[in-house]
Amino acid sequence: MPGKLKVKIVAGRHLPVMDRASDLTDAFVEVKFGNTTFKTDVYLKSLNPQWNSEWFKFEVDDEDLQDEPLQITVLDHDTYSANDAIGKVYIDIDPLLYSEAATVISGWFPIYDTIHGIRGEINVVVKVDLFNDLNRFRQSSCGVKFFCTTSIPKCYRAVIIHGFVEELVVNEDPEYQWIDRIRTPRASNEARQRLISLMSGELQRKIGLKVLEMRGNAVVGYLQCFDLEGESGLVVRAIGTACTLDKLSSPAAFLPACSSPSKEMKESPLVHPPSHGCRSTHNSPIHTATGSRLTQNFSVSVPTLIYTGMGSGSAGKEGGPFKALLRQQTQSALEQREFPFFTLTAFPPGFLVHVGGVVSARSVKLLDRIHNPAFVGIMGNTRSYKLLDWNSFNSDEPETRDAWWAEIRQEIKSHAKALGCHAVVGYSESTSICEEVCILSASGTAAVLNPRFLQDGTMEGCLEQRLEENLPAGCGFCHIPYDELNMPFPAHLTYCYNCRKQKVPDVLFTTIDLPIDATVIGKGCLIQARLCRLKKKAQAEANATAISNLLPFMEYEVHTQLMNKLKLKGMNALFGLRIQITVGENMLMGLASATGVYLAALPTPGGIQIAGKTPNDGSYEQHISHMQKKINDTIAKNKELYEISPPDISEEIIGSPIPEPRQRSRLLRSQSESSDEVTELDLSHGKKDAFVLEIDDTDAMEDVHSLLTDVPPPSGFYSCNTEIMPGINNWTSEIQMFTSVRVIRLSSLNLTNQALNKNFNDLCENLLKSLYFKLRSMIPCCLCHVNFTVSLPEDELIQVTVTAVAITFDKNQALQTAKTHVEKSLQRASTDNEELLQFPLELCSDSLPSHPFPPAKEHLESASSNSGIPAAQRDRCSSWIELIKLKAQTIRRGSIKTTVTVEKASPMGEGNFRNRSTPPCANSTVGVVKMTPLSFIPGAKITKYLGIINMFFIRETTSLREEGGVSGFLHAFIAEVFAMVRAHVAALGGNAVVSYIMKQCVFMENPNKNQAQCLINVSGDAVVFVRESELEVVSTQQPTTNCPPSCAGGEVTT
Amino acid sequence: MTSELDIFVGNTTLIDEDVYRLWLDGYSVSDAVALRVRSGILEQTGATAAVLQSDTMDHYRTFHMLERLLHAPPKLLHQLIFQIPPSRQALLIERYYAFDEAFVREVLGKKLSKGTKKDLDDISTKTGITLKSCRRQFDNFKRVFKVVEEMRGSLVDNIQQHFLLSDRLARDYAAIVFFANNRFETGKKKLQYLSFGDFAYCAELMIQNWTLGAVGEAPTHPDSQVDDMDVDLDKEFLQDLKELKMLVADKDLLDLHKSLVCTALRGKLGVFSEMEANFKNLSRGLVNVAAKLTHNKDVRDLFVDLVEKFVEPCRSDHWPLSDVRLFLNQYSASVHSLDGFRHQALWDRYMGTLRGCLLRLYHD
Repeated sequence: MPGKLKVKIVAGRHLPVMDRASDLTDAFVEVKFGNTTFKTDVYLKSLNPQWNSEWFKFEVDDEDLQDEPLQITVLDHDTYSANDAIGKVYIDIDPLLYSEAATVISGWFPIYDTIHGIRGEINVVVKVDLFNDLNRFRQSSCGVKFFCTTSIPKCYRAVIIHGFVEELVVNEDPEYQWIDRIRTPRASNEARQRLISLMSGELQRKIGLKVLEMRGNAVVGYLQCFDLEGESGLVVRAIGTACTLDKLSSPAAFLPACSSPSKEMKESPLVHPPSHGCRSTHNSPIHTATGSRLTQNFSVSVPTLIYTGMGSGSAGKEGGPFKALLRQQTQSALEQREFPFFTLTAFPPGFLVHVGGVVSARSVKLLDRIHNPAFVGIMGNTRSYKLLDWNSFNSDEPETRDAWWAEIRQEIKSHAKALGCHAVVGYSESTSICEEVCILSASGTAAVLNPRFLQDGTMEGCLEQRLEENLPAGCGFCHIPYDELNMPFPAHLTYCYNCRKQKVPDVLFTTIDLPIDATVIGKGCLIQARLCRLKKKAQAEANATAISNLLPFMEYEVHTQLMNKLKLKGMNALFGLRIQITVGENMLMGLASATGVYLAALPTPGGIQIAGKTPNDGSYEQHISHMQKKINDTIAKNKELYEISPPDISEEIIGSPIPEPRQRSRLLRSQSESSDEVTELDLSHGKKDAFVLEIDDTDAMEDVHSLLTDVPPPSGFYSCNTEIMPGINNWTSEIQMFTSVRVIRLSSLNLTNQALNKNFNDLCENLLKSLYFKLRSMIPCCLCHVNFTVSLPEDELIQVTVTAVAITFDKNQALQTAKTHVEKSLQRASTDNEELLQFPLELCSDSLPSHPFPPAKEHLESASSNSGIPAAQRDRCSSWIELIKLKAQTIRRGSIKTTVTVEKASPMGEGNFRNRSTPPCANSTVGVVKMTPLSFIPGAKITKYLGIINMFFIRETTSLREEGGVSGFLHAFIAEVFAMVRAHVAALGGNAVVSYIMKQCVFMENPNKNQAQCLINVSGDAVVFVRESELEVVSTQQPTTNCPPSCAGGEVTT
Repeated sequence: MTSELDIFVGNTTLIDEDVYRLWLDGYSVSDAVALRVRSGILEQTGATAAVLQSDTMDHYRTFHMLERLLHAPPKLLHQLIFQIPPSRQALLIERYYAFDEAFVREVLGKKLSKGTKKDLDDISTKTGITLKSCRRQFDNFKRVFKVVEEMRGSLVDNIQQHFLLSDRLARDYAAIVFFANNRFETGKKKLQYLSFGDFAYCAELMIQNWTLGAVGEAPTHPDSQVDDMDVDLDKEFLQDLKELKMLVADKDLLDLHKSLVCTALRGKLGVFSEMEANFKNLSRGLVNVAAKLTHNKDVRDLFVDLVEKFVEPCRSDHWPLSDVRLFLNQYSASVHSLDGFRHQALWDRYMGTLRGCLLRLYHD
């Protein structure tokens, strides 16, 4: 009995009127944990009851503490009939179980009802007394910290990064139980909410146990998802990265924290390596799979880039031996693991050595019904769904799902190997389910990691020292990790434009965030590939086969589109790539989002050339040349727009040392398609890197058109789907997180792929345009972490959900930085060249000597002092974010005036008022809680992580029209979800949620019946942040949008 | 391709002031879109009409959801669903409760009942204000009225406390409530030249001096909430006003009064002769108004009477405002020298307020 949970119900407010006669309510509260229930007295005739209850005490196992939510039900007492439920509050008490997180949960919680939404609020205080449990065989894992953040949380230091942890649990979905036919929708929804809450708790506990086994103390990049498999059940699965974290004693110390590893590592970027080419392979489109339940198994790897790097050939010889040594070492560290995967997308400096490219795998499965009569019997029983119950009944279920995922992970692992990498970073998994077909997808970035973080550093000392001689980098991660002579796919390699020692691919695709030390030219931008393919409606296996057959083509096309759009932007690398394939009854949708950037280390991308197939037709020619001109113009415009002006030094220096003849990189058609490609155009006379688009059929025409239809954001706007926008580093403090949902109905007549593509494209583009318009008052600003999710709720419906955060930045500063940035990169390039001269001269003796470079050292110094990522400072400022914050803060101080004017923008403008006094409502009692999908808050320092927020809500209505139709219904629901998240954070004592994500938003409607239902699952990390201005400047003006420090304490009172 | 669902929800609720105004003004979404297009916003932002439509719908939906809270502004402050910075909350409330001059002139002094509500159609046609906006304004008046009607304490404070309005707007509402409660006639043709501001000014003076709340302790003192009521006129006071009648009924007194005033003003008044000729009429008018206030019906006609009996005669003789002021000052003050008249305090309470009102009402 290692824990005592104490709950006090203080008061309620704004309760709904439950008694029409008196217009009042006789409310009381039931507090339930596990199987124990307490009740408060009935507080008669009030909409603002003051219960002030005693402390209700539950004595429970810590296992239960982890699994069970605290359930608070507010009811209206009725003497003659059954008491009416007003609503419920579920409180996850997990945050109270770690020592450093929250110590008390106290505040106003919205009372939620799945049919009516929020109905008033209740003030609750919750505490936990934990007794130490020394039992080694315990089932609980209290004390393991969970973070959604996919990087090392700000006030911690990573001692060891252990690696991948995963778990899944399965249960029958209450919505599909027989009892559901006789219970009310409310009861059914509540059963579901409660079950999922229980399952999440259990899942988290199990993952925690695994972490303890690995001797870790935290899970970073924790991602938990639900698969609503319908009849076949409900799967809750989670992945994460186990770590041993050290709390940094003072917040200020977190600089050194990150940098201490970096100090050593920093110079060690070992050896060179990787790069990427671009390729797309499709192996084994279909294998018939095991057993009868899954019909098809199919996988595609779309790696995109290559990697390799052993010191073979001309690549840096110095590095060779160390590299090998390092590799060995790393490998041994990693090989002990079944899956050397990391869900992190940003890393401590030095962790990431080389990046190989994106690896992905998909598999199509048929979901099977659970036949288990005994199970139904038990579930019908009104007792709570104790997890043990179903575990014992369909214990084979989790295994099946486990096996499915294991298969996919194995495939990912082998893809990574093929790229010469021993690890996968930025790893994620997802599913798409339609009826009984399920597509499982996994993707990540193949990489070579520095072993130092992976084990208790024993043997590194000497290694590091020697490695330090190697050049620092900004480019190391771009170097190819694979063997150049043995490339897994054709690619075009050049010497790194930065260090000139190692080979790099011409394009790099990754799923991770831009490494903080990467040198980028200009700004980045959001790049999306969008695609739909019709498919015949089919049943079961035939359906699965059809999908399997379509998938490789979709992957290929998505990849082609991305590549084309990237070239069109004049950029050469993609970060944060996320490809989502969604399956519907009669179509498949593919949506890829990524942030394009120009990496200084990679070669300048060539243009796009259009080639026609019938060169004799005059008008056709004309048309082609017209298109060509348009494309060229667009590229030029984009370069200007994103400030991409790479130093123009490349040709002579780099051109010659490359052994291969000038090679054009062209789209690689997959085998299946290449049979259609008849003519090989000889374009070798063209510009060296020209990217050829052949317009041989209408499809290709369409491709070209769609390339040109993407409109750039209006001026003052930037967008990206990564944490930070490359090229902008002077954020101001205003942030606005939002969710936008759109559903369109396709006209069912004559749907063609083309029409479908156009509709989908328009949908996404219009959505983006709307966002730009809505947020225009924030200009200049950047939409960060733009996350699109596509689903196909019904035959002709397409739903797109976008969550992102708009962050303002200082324009002037930006310009300045941009300038210095360019200067810097210029100088940088030259410095590097100079350094280069010092040793590997022999490598490029032909080309280099002709270019005497100015002594660049001092330039570098000066440039770096005002530029965003000063190379020279890197040792001191370990993280880019840190720098940004410093910067943002200085800016803020400088620009207080502007902020103020904006804010007081005439609250009232009517002419007929004579003199005005300040309206009396200036001080609201509700503390501000910020929400952001990013792991940081601009201009502020996160001082404490309070625990993970993971909430699941269902909302249903039978009066859709009265609630304003589908839009009104969903709008209100999402607003309510935000409100509940904020209330929980505030009750934990926090003032922000970081790494917020809406993982699911399943919306179903039946307008004929006037009904709709929606399920939403969100998560994030509750934190306390302090404005940097508050840390230093003693109470100078503070923009009023900020949460004053006092409300950081978070208790919200009336 | 049709949009089935289209929403945008921010963690901080976005409020577009221009759209809010259009919504308050009662325009439908399509009208609002058309008006926004006309404002040139498309050119400024490069947006399309579809974007504008979607944006407008979104804002309208938000306002619709907020409306329930705006009906009880303190709820807006404490609710958790919409995160809105305090300055924006204030703006939302203030604008929601703002009203149109043209509208308030139509409704001022009328009973805020269903019957009046039915007339909103006509008012809408007459004023050019949309029916929707008329309804909102009318409902606001009625809501405020209902809440503070029976409440003790200062009217303005009560309104401010329950509706979180700015001081100015709260005063305006106090006037509206006061007028509605006492049903002062303001719609007669001869009163058309008066603005809401004129009436509000008078209302404020009357609340300060003629209501129950004004009795005894200093009426403006914020702590004097003990037993005072600002909404109803002090009945006793109205009864007492009958006593003033002797000022005109007693011929000696009237003559004495006249000679005192004339002596004092001789040479100072541009319209002296007119004043002299009219003195008795004017004085009778003013005193009779006072004496009649015991009847509710006459209370309602207060402003009509004032205009008929005083403003119009003076205006027809082209009195300049400065002369009116001099006259009224002297007229009030001279009563103190009338030995036979014992109701000095009563006279001051009556005339002090009336003088203020008359000066305000005296314009074209």
